[in-house]
Amino acid sequence: MSAITRDEVAHLARLSRMALTDEELDHFATQLDVIIGAVAKVSEVAAQDVPPSSHALPLTNVFRPDEVRQSLPPQQALSGAPAVEDDRFRVPRILGEEM
Amino acid sequence: MSLIHKTAAELGAMIAAGEVSAEEVAAAHLDRIEETEPKIRAFLHVDREVTLAQARAVDARLRSGEKLGPLAGVPLAHKDIFVTKDMPTTAASKILEGWRPPYDATVTARLREAGLVFLGKTNLDEFAMGSSTENSAFGPTRNPWDLSRVPGGSSGGSSAAVAAYQAPLSTGTDTGGSIRQPAAVTGIVGMKPTYGGSSRYGLIAFASSLDTPGPFARTVLDAALLQEAFSGHDPLDSTSIDRPVPKVVEAARNPDVAGMRIGVVKEFDGEGYQPGVLNRFREAVKMLEALGAEIVEVSCPSFTVALPAYYLIAPSECSSNLARFDAMRYGLRVGDDGTRSAEEVMALTRAAGFGPEVKRRIMLGTYALSSGYYDAYYGQAQKVRTLIARDFEAAYQKVDVLISPTTPTTAFPIGERADDPMAMYLADLCTIPSNLAGNAAISVPCGLADEDNLPVGLQIMAPVLGDDRCYKVGAALEKAFEARWGGPLLKEAPAL
Repeated sequence: MSAITRDEVAHLARLSRMALTDEELDHFATQLDVIIGAVAKVSEVAAQDVPPSSHALPLTNVFRPDEVRQSLPPQQALSGAPAVEDDRFRVPRILGEEM
Repeated sequence: MSLIHKTAAELGAMIAAGEVSAEEVAAAHLDRIEETEPKIRAFLHVDREVTLAQARAVDARLRSGEKLGPLAGVPLAHKDIFVTKDMPTTAASKILEGWRPPYDATVTARLREAGLVFLGKTNLDEFAMGSSTENSAFGPTRNPWDLSRVPGGSSGGSSAAVAAYQAPLSTGTDTGGSIRQPAAVTGIVGMKPTYGGSSRYGLIAFASSLDTPGPFARTVLDAALLQEAFSGHDPLDSTSIDRPVPKVVEAARNPDVAGMRIGVVKEFDGEGYQPGVLNRFREAVKMLEALGAEIVEVSCPSFTVALPAYYLIAPSECSSNLARFDAMRYGLRVGDDGTRSAEEVMALTRAAGFGPEVKRRIMLGTYALSSGYYDAYYGQAQKVRTLIARDFEAAYQKVDVLISPTTPTTAFPIGERADDPMAMYLADLCTIPSNLAGNAAISVPCGLADEDNLPVGLQIMAPVLGDDRCYKVGAALEKAFEARWGGPLLKEAPAL
């Protein structure tokens, strides 16, 4: 039995905001099936009572002083933008036609 | 001996004494790069004028009497995943092609402050995802030992540059082995510092709980000098450790393993390991014993599931981190013709801008974090992470350091594993546990494999902030091996 179907891979691509071609979906579906089959080995470990680690260091609530500091001027902050208008990032429409 | 064959420590001393200028040293390395790049392709970006201007500025600082560190004027190849104000930064991805960052990473800024001179930005697997540098959107880098083979990855441009004498030093990042594995397969030294020991600020993020900047060099001492130059607490990185930097240079200058307890990890042996790699490893164990170390066999049973846990945790973090490449604020934008929505433009851009391995990992991570799968995959992998940390803790009750081969095989041919992700992932089998536990670990050369005459690396692992132990043992092995070989391993490499 396969670990993941092509439809599920297409769904993952949509969730990940990647417009993949049919050919890519075929290819990734086969490969992800093998990879997920292999990484599923973690489920064989008895770990009911083991706490999860999200991180290697025992750090919590790290703060630095809340001080006003120099930030990038707008021209520099916008220097890598694909499109700029009036000192702002220009983006494609984000609302539907009916709005 | 020509300038390019000198160590960083030697070059730093010569520059400080006024025997040679930083500009002359930079020029010699730029010439070497020009001569060998058609074969190696270690760099994504070289700008002779920017580099020489940096070198002249360092010469001026030294002439004015400014006190700089021991590496002032020494050239360095910088992995193209650290942002740099005066050079483009791409992470070897089409999605960032041509991007000029408006700021410097902390590692970049500290190296500038210490007077290092940047020769250029080195190639890598796209966003540091890979073990061969074949996942670069701009083509693979070649191993100086055999141009048909990979230089390891993800920091393969940095390892190849140092092994090819294009640079005495380079930077890398290690998320699952991306410094140690390329160092091993190119016959040089590569160190993954303790997680949090070197700043991630301005390092393009792959898996934030694992990413660790570290040094490459041809000698253990040079690696220590470079690590010291960029290490230390950084308020701009909330996971940076606010503790004194381990005394790595002092350790590298005092090679000694007499009386040390050294653990051999039982699980890193057997099937999947190239016989020539195991032969060199066993010789190194005997050598350490002869140098007065006590060898202890140690079992770390959870290490056998470190690889699957890593390939859930790292892709999960990557799927979240790479959401920032949304075609809105910087980088590539595709299909913005006035009719498409932001979401459509985003999906077209990400499909066009990311390579296959990045797409695989984003989808794998999205899957592992999905409701319904989260507990079985990401949650369970996090528990395995705890078990691995416990295995290390138990081992360090018995021994001072642990050792293993750095990677199960020598450098593999370009193309051999390019479309077989699971085969590629196995290259990180021995290096991943130290990332999951945040520990320090180094790879040092330990000879050539019998089958193919290619370099083999030995990994020395130490507890959190035990970086100095890696250097102490690494320097002892280097000294003993070089006495046996009659010089460094790299002298066996073919001329380019």
